[in-house]
Amino acid sequence: MAGTGGGSNDVQWCFSQVKGAIDDDVAEADIISTVEFNHSGELLATGDKGGRVVIFQQEIENKSQPQCRSEYNVYSTFQSHEPEFDYLKSLEIEEKINKIRWLPQKNAAQFLLSTNDKTIKLWKISERDKRLEGYNLKEEDGRCIDPNTVTALRVPVFRPMDLMVEASPRRVFANAHTYHINSISINSDHETYLSADDLRINLWHQEITDRSFNIVDIKPVNMEELTEVITAAEFHPNQCNTFVYSSSKGSIRLCDMRASALCDKHSKLFEEPEDPSNRSFFSEIISSISDVKFSHNGRYMMTRDYLSVKIWDLNMETRPVETFQVHEYLRSKLCSLYENDCIFDKFECCWNGNDSVVMTGSYNNFFRMFDRGQRWDVTLEASRESSKPRQVLKPRKVCAGGKRKKDEISVDSLDFNKKILHTAWHPQDNIIAVATTNNLYIFQDKVN
Amino acid sequence: MSSENLSDTQMEYEDEKQDSQEKNANLVKGEEVKLKAKYPGLGQKPGGSDFLMKRLQKGQKYFDSGDYNMAKAKMKNKQLPVAGPDKNLVTGDHIPTPQDLPQRRSSLVTSKLAG
Repeated sequence: MAGTGGGSNDVQWCFSQVKGAIDDDVAEADIISTVEFNHSGELLATGDKGGRVVIFQQEIENKSQPQCRSEYNVYSTFQSHEPEFDYLKSLEIEEKINKIRWLPQKNAAQFLLSTNDKTIKLWKISERDKRLEGYNLKEEDGRCIDPNTVTALRVPVFRPMDLMVEASPRRVFANAHTYHINSISINSDHETYLSADDLRINLWHQEITDRSFNIVDIKPVNMEELTEVITAAEFHPNQCNTFVYSSSKGSIRLCDMRASALCDKHSKLFEEPEDPSNRSFFSEIISSISDVKFSHNGRYMMTRDYLSVKIWDLNMETRPVETFQVHEYLRSKLCSLYENDCIFDKFECCWNGNDSVVMTGSYNNFFRMFDRGQRWDVTLEASRESSKPRQVLKPRKVCAGGKRKKDEISVDSLDFNKKILHTAWHPQDNIIAVATTNNLYIFQDKVN
Repeated sequence: MSSENLSDTQMEYEDEKQDSQEKNANLVKGEEVKLKAKYPGLGQKPGGSDFLMKRLQKGQKYFDSGDYNMAKAKMKNKQLPVAGPDKNLVTGDHIPTPQDLPQRRSSLVTSKLAG
């Protein structure tokens, strides 16, 4: 089950579970906005447009067998953020959860950071399976006992109770961002984290909420000179001084916090030169990077722009080492995709546990996987039609033009309202979580 | 780029790559022409300041005190209008009250994912 087999060639993906309502009438609040496994893969968190977080826990069916089917069931759910209105700026603040990031586990409790456009919150999720009974001044139902009536003292004892999972907000990191937060990333030093908005990146200490350090500021003195914004940022997985941020112009800057307090000057600039003859109205929009993710080993990073996924070697700034076309057939549809705003969709991407395969979403509830070593790719679909237990997913194919073969779908029949923007890969095993608009699909490697 | 030292197959590959790049460029240029035909006034700085500004101003709701006072003066003799048909209209003759501002109450309903 561990991702040693790697190649999408030998892996057969099967339907495991689907969460969410079946009905087509999707309430805005139910739109899933982020999906994230924790470091062990035992927990899977989702955030939605309604500001709610739902956490699923993996339950292994048969613990004695190493290769066995596991299921994710609801572990905890809570309202993380509420809608707000900033009266001073006349600004409506959505409760939509933009990102969730898990902290590495230090004790029995689990901690995660969740953020909306303006405020980051640290949530503690803890289990309670015992409760105290036998208080001297309190009845079991909570009513107070008159101290004058107490004639003897007893020691309260712990008694087992049904497992209760509680989520409580431990820290609220507010008022540090003028623009909309797009990323949060936890540092490998286990003490700090960064938050990035369109123009600035701030460094926080996990314990301190009333102060944060600004480490990147790309706001021009004259806003009319604004040419690019920050689209994503992430800390290096093991170098605590290094982070990267991507821009709407398709470049990625790597910064070293040891170099200076304000990292406006990058240490490395990753940019693929564009052929000037290819330049068009759409060039900049489709080159805008919607997601950047370091590989687990920290040697590579992956970026997602509108049409492709690129893998960069951190030692080479001039061009990516691999480029994968996600849905090249959309190149001839850019005009209508601009008109219906789909060209601005922000797709995310993710690595598998051993960095051999990468995954990203597309339209029509399709998602794509690219095997780096064997240069293999596949298109799969998350749909209720292919959701019989353990049903093997059949590869899908889009016909760009010309004669459409049987089982292929033509570009014009694609449903652009069915977008898969968020996907996540279990840190060790071949288990993936794929979010459609309001449903969460879990797929697993076929077990013998 | 000098092609003197490339083998035949390498030259073929380079040609093919250039062909497909040209084809891509033509496809995209075609889309651009389509767009310009539909929207002749489309900005000189595409993907630049205009669309970035829109992104930065997401969520902005404007209240105009001038409009408010004018409408109030007009309404002096009539009843104040109760929430307008378009809840998003908070300028113009419609006098907004805190109750009219799009009330985006939090979802007190549990997520359907947990159902």
